Amino acid sequence: MSDTQTPDTPKGPIGRFLAASPDSVGKTIFVAVAICLVASMIVSVAAVSLRPVQEANKLRDKQLNVLQVAGVYEPGMDVAAAFADFEPKVLELASGDFSDQFDAATFDDAAAVDDPELSIALENDPAAIGRQSKFRTIYLLKDESGALDKVILPIRGYGLWSTLYGFIAIEENGNDIFGLQFYQHGETPGLGAEVDNPKWKAVWNGKKLFDESGELQISVAKAQGPAGPEHHIDALAGATLTSVGVDNLVNFWMGDQGYAPFLEKLKAGEL
Amino acid sequence: MAQKRKELLVDPLVDNNPITLQVLGICSALAVTSSLKVAFVMALAVTFVTAFSSLFISILRSQIPSSIRIIVQMVIIASLVILVDQILKAYAFEISKTLSVFVGLIITNCIVMGRAEAFAMSNPPGAAFLDGIGNGLGYGLILMLVGVIRELFGSGSLFGVTILQTVNNGGWYVPNGMLLLPPSAFFAIGLLIWGFRTWKPKQVEEREFKIQTVEGH
Repeated sequence: MSDTQTPDTPKGPIGRFLAASPDSVGKTIFVAVAICLVASMIVSVAAVSLRPVQEANKLRDKQLNVLQVAGVYEPGMDVAAAFADFEPKVLELASGDFSDQFDAATFDDAAAVDDPELSIALENDPAAIGRQSKFRTIYLLKDESGALDKVILPIRGYGLWSTLYGFIAIEENGNDIFGLQFYQHGETPGLGAEVDNPKWKAVWNGKKLFDESGELQISVAKAQGPAGPEHHIDALAGATLTSVGVDNLVNFWMGDQGYAPFLEKLKAGEL
Repeated sequence: MAQKRKELLVDPLVDNNPITLQVLGICSALAVTSSLKVAFVMALAVTFVTAFSSLFISILRSQIPSSIRIIVQMVIIASLVILVDQILKAYAFEISKTLSVFVGLIITNCIVMGRAEAFAMSNPPGAAFLDGIGNGLGYGLILMLVGVIRELFGSGSLFGVTILQTVNNGGWYVPNGMLLLPPSAFFAIGLLIWGFRTWKPKQVEEREFKIQTVEGH
């Protein structure tokens, strides 16, 4: 051994680099860049490779909510297969007619809300949603004979802390509510979040949106209004502002700025 | 060495618990303990992040420049947290909806940073990894204890299984709504700290100031 290297002396450029003081400027920059590169690579690989599973989850969650609000969901059933019974349609809100402009299978409601061509900024905005799309995807459920059974309409609006996103299911007469369900909200657990309570949701079944003269009468309130019990939903105890929010958003979406033109046609049997 | 390893794992459970003794990670302990299932997943996520961030930081500890060490630690922790968040979104969608922002907030959880800075920066990888697991479990233990109190008395169930039939669902139990709100976790954690310090008087901190007795008058 003519070489006098001791095990402590670093070998080669890499060894010398590793042994160098970590506090030099060059090494500080090198470590910062290297860590960032490695970390961003790991994060992007995870994000990209898991995206298909995540998208499938989101889609399944939405389909599940449509099934639940229409009352056809049973635990353990094949969600995608059951969802095939529902026919998606793109609805033009102002006219109440189905639009042929878009393909219902690929129409992106979330993107349409932000598209100035496809949406309007609301001036009279009781549901506090800001912008409203001119087109919405709705779902039609037909019975075995092929006749229309229910329509599932997406709704949303502000409660106390958060925007509540949900669906309302209306019977084929365009007036009777079958059910209401929120799939996303951030209301107070135990109080406002009781909008998810099955007992409260069951109260909506059979309520009527419009009275005999065609006026929108549905209300979520503590006391029953003059319109009678078939238009009244008891507000949630301890969740006044969430209840007001639900009242506002249901009235907004069932009103003239929402689905009223479509429900009008449904009532007249024009679809 | 085996004794030392066991200490690293067991010490943070009671004797050096991150929540009750170090009083770290209180924020998320308030937010995610209203149901046990969510608390359990959160505990797993934090254990995973603390263990692996401690491991990686310990491996790199002699190369990390001290001027940017906190940022380097944050980058490692943040990447692990994003990884956990993505995995939860893909394979535990329902729970990730409830945890929502709190998974992301593990990045700022003082326990993770605390162990990285206090332990992993000056100890070998194996020990740092065990220390991370131990502290994650210590955090998880308190989360589960608080979760049992809050879910049982707040919604009458454990892990979503009804134990006390609530009035709303036709039973007899009137749930205590306050327990579902975050402040109730303060009471639960406070009582736990009291209990722990009565059981282990060594944990009682000395007063920082002595109350002076003023003579005269």
